[in-house]
Amino acid sequence: MEPLTDEKVKSLKETANKIRESVIEMLVEAGSGHSAGPLGMADVFTAFYFHILNHDPKNPGWPERDRLVLSNGHICPVQYATLAYAGYFGMEELKTLRKINSHLQGHPHRGSLPGIETTSGPLGSGLSQAIGMSLAARLDKKKYRIYALLSDGEHEEGNLWEAVMFAGKNKLSNLTALIDRNNIQIDGFTEDIMPLEPLKEKYEAFGWHVLEINGHSFEQIIDAVNEAKVIHEKPTVIIAHTIPGKGVSFMENDYLWHGKPPTKEEAIKALKELRTLGGKIISEHE
Amino acid sequence: MLNKNAKLSPNVGAEKTEEIPIRNGYGEGLLIAGEKDQNVVVLCADLTESTRSEAFSKKYPERFFELGVAEQNMATIAAGLGVSGKVPFISSYATFSPGRNWEQIRTTISYNDANVKIAGHHAGLVTGPDGATHQAVEDIATMRVMANMKVVVPCDAIEARKATVAAAEIKGPVYIRFAREKSPVVTTDETPFEIGKAEVFYQTAKPQAAIIACGLLLHNALQAAKELEKEKINVLVINNHTIKPIDEKKITEVAKKCGAVVTVEEHQINGGLGGAVAEVLAKNYPTPMEFVGMRGVFGESGGAKELIEKYGMGVKDIREAVKRVIKKKPASAE
Repeated sequence: MEPLTDEKVKSLKETANKIRESVIEMLVEAGSGHSAGPLGMADVFTAFYFHILNHDPKNPGWPERDRLVLSNGHICPVQYATLAYAGYFGMEELKTLRKINSHLQGHPHRGSLPGIETTSGPLGSGLSQAIGMSLAARLDKKKYRIYALLSDGEHEEGNLWEAVMFAGKNKLSNLTALIDRNNIQIDGFTEDIMPLEPLKEKYEAFGWHVLEINGHSFEQIIDAVNEAKVIHEKPTVIIAHTIPGKGVSFMENDYLWHGKPPTKEEAIKALKELRTLGGKIISEHE
Repeated sequence: MLNKNAKLSPNVGAEKTEEIPIRNGYGEGLLIAGEKDQNVVVLCADLTESTRSEAFSKKYPERFFELGVAEQNMATIAAGLGVSGKVPFISSYATFSPGRNWEQIRTTISYNDANVKIAGHHAGLVTGPDGATHQAVEDIATMRVMANMKVVVPCDAIEARKATVAAAEIKGPVYIRFAREKSPVVTTDETPFEIGKAEVFYQTAKPQAAIIACGLLLHNALQAAKELEKEKINVLVINNHTIKPIDEKKITEVAKKCGAVVTVEEHQINGGLGGAVAEVLAKNYPTPMEFVGMRGVFGESGGAKELIEKYGMGVKDIREAVKRVIKKKPASAE
């Protein structure tokens, strides 16, 4: 990983903002899909694909690449937009999201689109798949790292805790999980639906190294991933506190935006905010 | 008489038949597959001895993963291994895997097209004393319906060994079903075995019906054929070990030849081998059929042979089904 300069942070912020714009455009075009999660994770995705991952968008099957497994597949619009910006496929594909004959399935499908490592959507099984990759890397004495992006709500699934137990027991230090701790799920706030806290202590009890960060700070995301690399005796989990709907004021922190797309009017409003960075700058394009 | 070309065991039909648990073939097959290909890995959910994964775990400890009682995690970890160049076999009882972890298999193995082999042990009714909770009689149906999945039901320990080795060599998901109890050895090392290819095991001149069987009940089918021949009723017996992809050509061919078909399986008659054969025949050559298998009920505790008799899968039941199906043939065909 190259050192993180102020200039790089600035460029990452710009990229994340463009990705958010694409997410809104894709969702309004698709007419269905999830809004809050993709916007909330735009900074994390940008940090991974534009700074952290050792990957080659022109050679997505490169055997030595780092693996990024998205477990909560419903936030895939942000992954699709990020992959397109990173050069995995053409930007023009983004508007085909959720349409017939598209490579961009409503939930990600491995094999349909370059850069997608696993099929996901049904929750709670991404961490296990990342564990499988981690074991394979260990057997083959490969240096690549495996990153699993998880949601907080999917921690209600039993499969996920089976995975947490296994990774702790087997000290899978080439595996780093990152939890999108945005506190919402379809039916409401996670702590009302099924309390997860104390999440940090739970992971620690299962033998993980736990870091808590602001999931919108590129410095913190990248520092945490770097710290995980030097923890050799445990897997690391990064609890990334994020704001669901980040960047669009009327979506932020409102669980009702978990599972719906914006209308055309709402999208125009959202894009205006994103393009002016919440009124802080004058928009270059409307 | 037994088909000579099938090179079956001379013990078939003898007074004392050699009996070995089908699951033993899995253990032997894993050792062979593991030696041939160092990417073969084995996962087990706290049933290492009884799924016969133990020998592999001792010979290749670095390639064996103990999951604990966590079948969902086992399937999904295997999916990750399977997309990373490994050839994982996951071992548990069929009621749990592919029972409990069906959705994980669907999404992360089948739809993902991960190179995972699912070994469902203690399948069928003959799990016996454990009772209905442990008797998987739905697994053929739930696996067969999945896109990308192949389904193999070996008839004895030797075929189980061959199926295990063959599964490792095929790219993509395969489900193999194994039974627990000792059961008659029908085949030999020389018996032809190819996934997707049904074989004639018993043949007669001018057969009036074909018995298409899979798994350990194949032995009962052969027994029934022999007894029927004494009653001057001629049948063919087909070993249809691969439920998917099913040997459409052979099944259609024998239906045309015999004009009546009985399917025999240790599984619900809905959705299993019987369903698969009915689909083929309804499309290609509508043929009167009878179905020997579980008739929409759960099993119970008991001895293997007692259960087979009580739930209507004994030699006598097969004989009667053959007689019934022959009666259903249109008059012109007889």
